Amino acid sequence: MKKIIAVLLAAVMLFAFAACGGNGDDKTTTGAEGTTASAAVADLKVGVILLHNETVGYDENFINAINAAGETLGVKSENIIFKKDINEDSACYDACVELVEDGCDLIFADSFGHEEFVIKAAKEYPDVQFFHATGTNSKIVNLSNFHNAFASIYQGRYLAGVIAGLKLNEMIEAGTITAEQAKMGYISAKPYAECISGYTSYYLGAKSVCPSATMTVTYTDSWADLALEQEAAKKLIEAGCVLISEHADTDGSPMACENAYAEGKTVYHVGYNVDFTDIAPKTNLVSSKIDWTPYFEHIFTAVAEGKDVETDYCGSLATGSVILTDYNDATVTDAMKAKVVEVKKGLEDGSIKVFDVSAFTVTLDRPENQYVKAEVDAEGHLTSFTADAVSDADFTPDTESVIDGEVAESVHRSAPYFNIIIDGIEIV
Amino acid sequence: MKNKTAKEPLMRIAKRTDMPVKQSVIIRAAAVVIALLACGVTIVAITGGKVDFLSIYSEMFEGAFGTARRIKITVRDTCALLCLAVALAPAFKMRFWNIGAEGQALIGALASCIAVKLFPNMPVAPLLLIMFFFSVLAGALWGIIPGYFKASLGANETLFTLMMNYVAIQLVKYFVVLWEKQKGSGVMSTLTTGMLPKLFGVDYGWSIVIILILTVLSYIYMKYTKHGYEIAVVGESENTARYIGINVKKVIIRTMAISGGLCGLAGFLLVSGTHHLVKADLVGGNGFTAIIVAWLAHLNPIVMTLTSFFVAFLDVGTAKIASACNLNDFASDVVVGVALFVILSSEFFVNYKVIFNRRKKAIKEGE
Repeated sequence: MKKIIAVLLAAVMLFAFAACGGNGDDKTTTGAEGTTASAAVADLKVGVILLHNETVGYDENFINAINAAGETLGVKSENIIFKKDINEDSACYDACVELVEDGCDLIFADSFGHEEFVIKAAKEYPDVQFFHATGTNSKIVNLSNFHNAFASIYQGRYLAGVIAGLKLNEMIEAGTITAEQAKMGYISAKPYAECISGYTSYYLGAKSVCPSATMTVTYTDSWADLALEQEAAKKLIEAGCVLISEHADTDGSPMACENAYAEGKTVYHVGYNVDFTDIAPKTNLVSSKIDWTPYFEHIFTAVAEGKDVETDYCGSLATGSVILTDYNDATVTDAMKAKVVEVKKGLEDGSIKVFDVSAFTVTLDRPENQYVKAEVDAEGHLTSFTADAVSDADFTPDTESVIDGEVAESVHRSAPYFNIIIDGIEIV
Repeated sequence: MKNKTAKEPLMRIAKRTDMPVKQSVIIRAAAVVIALLACGVTIVAITGGKVDFLSIYSEMFEGAFGTARRIKITVRDTCALLCLAVALAPAFKMRFWNIGAEGQALIGALASCIAVKLFPNMPVAPLLLIMFFFSVLAGALWGIIPGYFKASLGANETLFTLMMNYVAIQLVKYFVVLWEKQKGSGVMSTLTTGMLPKLFGVDYGWSIVIILILTVLSYIYMKYTKHGYEIAVVGESENTARYIGINVKKVIIRTMAISGGLCGLAGFLLVSGTHHLVKADLVGGNGFTAIIVAWLAHLNPIVMTLTSFFVAFLDVGTAKIASACNLNDFASDVVVGVALFVILSSEFFVNYKVIFNRRKKAIKEGE
């Protein structure tokens, strides 16, 4: 009898704990009804399709932006419907149709591979507005209700790179490393233009203040794999990289840096999209980030008022879409912050160009550049680069992109197309 | 008598084989009900009481059957699972632990895509036939390889079939890079041809019909043919099979060809009927879920329609709740896991009986 009671008690406690755990997680976003809400926006119903969920930095960034935009404009929080963990296959189309049936006025999808399935749904439901981040086809399919969006994140990467370069200088001055040892490591998800453009601009930012900087890039071939990213960071640190940055979606690389620091290595970290100071208080410097809030505010208002939205929208420093997260005051000095303010001003007024062709050289016959259609002068500076800015099955380079002494990134379309591996960057 | 002072255990467990069909059906039906209740409790716990208990079931029902389209999707998901479970059944009946359905289906899907890329301009009807043969052959090959090594060298089929999954995944990754939409993105464009014609207004209509026919054929094959009998004998005892003159090696390889070939067919249907592309996670773990589906049905293809329907229903239903409560996929996985755990546990009560010693003592005292 005693045993039965014990078993029952255990069961009861289990359920009690389960219930407690549930209550703890309960972070509802109530009270979103702002006072500035216009009637139309208040009735807006928004569908959001996410590749992962709130545990992954990339998707968390979208979730936060949508909730923030909704709160500012007075979209009811129960009218923002999230479809999480939606694969890049017909599951995405199913999710679109589901959201249409739920009465959504606008539907947003966040991952590159979602695009074709969103387009399929957009063709079938012309009355619903569809938005897709990072995509490349809106100008080609030319539907009035399908829109791409991105941001000139290369500007943000460049600024983060400036911080990285200044940190390298600090280490050189302190005698921790020599100028030749100013080697950075970069963990990138996939070898395609979005990532290449990102790490190149970051490297150029660092190089602009620390000319001896070099960078080793490694690919994980996965958007979100904590173990892989952690392992990759560890290897880079062991190979002598003193500053790690990343374009992948988990906390793997900052964790690895913090661990290495705890073991006595000098290594710092620059993040992307997520403020990592909590995770890596001793090693994190800053993160560049696309803040999607201005874009969501823009499209929520436009759809509610029945106005047209740009087929292909590119946010920038000026629109507030490209930002740096808060600095980690433990690692970033006031002098570094002042320098960033100065460079940012230069980027905005055009006196500083990120992809200034005189700032870097290219070796066209290295294997990574075999598909690149470009020309260089005797010193290796680009004189011509034909980008694949209009997507097609054969990746035909189609648009001349060296304009006024710089590679004009995110001008022909919002999604990046700079895909040249420049000198000083090594791929492993 | 000397045990008299020793403490007797509270209960003991005895194997039983004599349970009447009616009783076992009742136990299993009760298990389904308890599983659904457990799902409800889990969801209430996860959402912190944000949804009330009864509305969970109406939401689940709404998610799976709310509109004509949702019914079709539930049926589609049921059939995707059913096809793999049916494919696994002959191998399991033979006690050949094929846990490579995932890879066999994936390689089938890849073969279909290769067919489309090889003959992009062919009319749809012959192209579909070629895709079909490519897929079935590729899947069969993925089954025959571990089957051959098991039959001739006694290689462990569990590890072998598992490892073949990874070979298939890597091959798919390689081909996706060849076909990708933007260089380096790892995403391929959807195929523009090689799609099954629409039936019931959806492009996976034919998939459903084909899989249902296949299920019936598989039932007949396993139950009424000589092949089916041979499979059963080999599964019970290889020595007996040899003694009565069955060519065990041949049966193992043939059965794995069938099992793999059917998985390959599932891959063909996924490509031509549903997704129109291939990628490493196309099968999405269904190859493993199908193992549970097949065993829950005691390897009876007709009963598998029910078990795969139950799992598909839970999947679709919990996805709907997850969306309504702003949860992620992990939550749905937990709920489906809890349900399957409860149902698998019920098999214990069908196969064993629990004898409480107190009652026995009371009976003894009565005597």
